[in-house]
Amino acid sequence: MNMIQAINSAMDVMMARDPDVVVMGEDVGYFGGVFRATAGLQTKYGKTRVFDTPITEIGIIGVAIGMGAYGLRPVPEIQFADYIYPALDQLVSEAARLRYRSAADFTAPITVRSPFGGGIFGGQTHSQSPEGIFTHVSGIKTVIPSNPYDAKGLLISAIEDNDPTLFFEPKRIYNGPFDGHYDRPSKNWSNHPLGEVPEGYYKIPLGKAATVRAGEAVTILCYGTMVHVVANTIEEMQVDAEIIDLRTLVPLDIKAIEQSVKKTGRCLIVHEATRTGGFGAELSALVQERCFYHLEAPIERVTGFDTPYPHSLEWAYFPGPVRIGEALKKLLKD
Amino acid sequence: MDAPRANLPPLSLHVPEPKFRPGDEADFSDVDVPPAGSARRPDSAAPADSFHELAYTLIRVLDDSGQAVGPWNPRLDPEALRKMLRSMAMVRAFDERMFRAQRQGKTSFYMKSTGEEAVSVAATMALAADDMCFPSYRQQGILITRGYPLVTMMNQIYSNKGDPLQGRQLPIMYSAKDHGFFSISGNLATQYPQAVGWAMASAAKGDTRIAATWCGEGSTAEGDFHSAMTFATVYKAPVILNVVNNQWAISSFSGFAGAEATTFAARAVGYGIAGLRVDGNDALAVYAATQWAAERARTNQGPTLIEHFTYRAEGHSTSDDASAYRSAGEPNAWPLGDPVRRLKEHLIALGEWDEERHAAQDLELAEEVKRAQKEAEKNGVLGHGMHQPFETMFEGVFEEMPWHLKEQSEQMIAERKAAGI
Ligand SMILES: Cc1ncc(C[n+]2csc(CCOP(=O)(O)OP(=O)(O)O)c2C)c(N)n1
Repeated sequence: MNMIQAINSAMDVMMARDPDVVVMGEDVGYFGGVFRATAGLQTKYGKTRVFDTPITEIGIIGVAIGMGAYGLRPVPEIQFADYIYPALDQLVSEAARLRYRSAADFTAPITVRSPFGGGIFGGQTHSQSPEGIFTHVSGIKTVIPSNPYDAKGLLISAIEDNDPTLFFEPKRIYNGPFDGHYDRPSKNWSNHPLGEVPEGYYKIPLGKAATVRAGEAVTILCYGTMVHVVANTIEEMQVDAEIIDLRTLVPLDIKAIEQSVKKTGRCLIVHEATRTGGFGAELSALVQERCFYHLEAPIERVTGFDTPYPHSLEWAYFPGPVRIGEALKKLLKD
Repeated sequence: MDAPRANLPPLSLHVPEPKFRPGDEADFSDVDVPPAGSARRPDSAAPADSFHELAYTLIRVLDDSGQAVGPWNPRLDPEALRKMLRSMAMVRAFDERMFRAQRQGKTSFYMKSTGEEAVSVAATMALAADDMCFPSYRQQGILITRGYPLVTMMNQIYSNKGDPLQGRQLPIMYSAKDHGFFSISGNLATQYPQAVGWAMASAAKGDTRIAATWCGEGSTAEGDFHSAMTFATVYKAPVILNVVNNQWAISSFSGFAGAEATTFAARAVGYGIAGLRVDGNDALAVYAATQWAAERARTNQGPTLIEHFTYRAEGHSTSDDASAYRSAGEPNAWPLGDPVRRLKEHLIALGEWDEERHAAQDLELAEEVKRAQKEAEKNGVLGHGMHQPFETMFEGVFEEMPWHLKEQSEQMIAERKAAGI
């Protein structure tokens, strides 16, 4: 399966198991979503469980919270993560705090799916990575898969989870892993071990990172598309790096990070989102607080630049093998 | 879940469904199309609540035989009518060519406005050249009508080194302040309150210019639309709020924006705003309604909401496959016809045009667009290297570049050099 099919399968499995799971969003019904992630679900589960919504992101999230308060488990889609901002107030002020402010009288068991990230010539309004904004908010979980197997297992966990969860889907790797070289096509998931996805129910717990590759020279913390770009870069450079795919940013698998950095003594953080105040800054602070005496070089960050995503220069913006390679050279200098 | 109380009838959820889907035969016989000329034309100073019926009917000027009839006939001279027809045909030729350029891999994306050319072209002709437009992505007709250079439009679409927006924006997201054209956002409906703000500022400053804005019927669901309406009515802003009801928002039919319950022009009623519903494929009706609304705005009578009832004849964008969600027969079955053909027939009925001249004009426009394309491609097409220098990526985030962007820019250049690219 590719990642879109795996995500579709997760919703399918959960809708079959739990009649309270509903899927909603712009174009998700008859059409099955602009990326086809909800294809076939309306035919299978009917219009009251899979339905198109008016184009109002704040409405979509607010209504999902209300449905959640009734007892349903809504899985709303925001068509592109760039369009999550109109829904910010309902997510930040409402969904994130409902449990806390009502002493669990009400909760918002919603899973907001949204394709994010660049690399498809989407320009500044179809490319952003807003995860950092949400990790700053208490009460929301943030999940970002990097392959079809994880995507399905994590999405099932998110749907079962009783807290509001954001599920950001790296759209650059919907169809296959991507090595970061923009002039090469992405590969097919079917040739990748993590493209083998069971049809039925299985879960990957939220809050557990994956060690994609064990190594001794440096720890690389990354998630989503960047996992593949990083893996390719260290292979090209022949570096014995340990790659940690964070999978969930909140809650974060701090143990895995701590253990790895203490072992390697070096840490590189890679994400596509803009740098200042990004999640990499948080990771850097955590590593510094917990592993300072084990560090043999300053922590390095490779991130998007602090500019909007430029349409024609997106491959200069995208943190690719060149930029990751330069950072690694610096980190491993002595 | 607790069991529902057994002696009450179960509730049921209504989810709208369009009348036709792929495989169905499209039949629009239930669409209410009142005769051309049947809607009254109130004085543009009349109170908004004195013509509510105009928000529920269709203002039409061109009848089936190509005659202009009724009180909304703007009585344009043949010269103006020919300019209108030419601009509309030019929009279509431009769309054709650029759609193909995207298919040839010369750019990443394109959006046609086929079937909606009257909405932008006729409205622009009824506005003053210095009125400010806040369009969505389907009003390329504004720029074309205002004589913006085709080559520059194409440079923007190609994100090449001649692109005035330095390759930063998605194709078709133009910005042209000197042509009264506000920068287009990819985020739907954000331009609506901004247009109202511009109009309020113009009024506060004692200016004479007004603002006009456009959004699709799907976008009227966004909060921005409703905030804009509130501000517009509260401050009697000199603004024209256009809703382009082309029936489809990607795969979602207008019912998902509320069309099963009322019209989009009727949104005006609740806010106490003047509301008009016009045949959007009738260039003269669009012109007349805009002219009326502009007069209203210019005389401090406040905002007007105009619903343009039209049809999106082609896919949503180059990323879209309309045959996956709507009946293939819909565009042809659409009861209001094609706006270019209707205006052409009107001019022919007046004895001011003929089929030969029309065919010759189409050829000429196609040639003009082709020449412009050749010119634009000299500046490069997307991804072929002839783009803005890499440093430009860091310019224009702020007026002056702060230290962190300078540092990031230098770092990028150094990294590229080290890697030999
Ligand atoms: C805030 C926001 N949400 C979602 C989208 C994705 N989107 C782009 S166009 C579109 C449909 C808009 O339909 P409508 O307003 O009817 O305009 P039309 O395309 O028909 O001209 C959607 C959902 C977006 N661009 N911005």
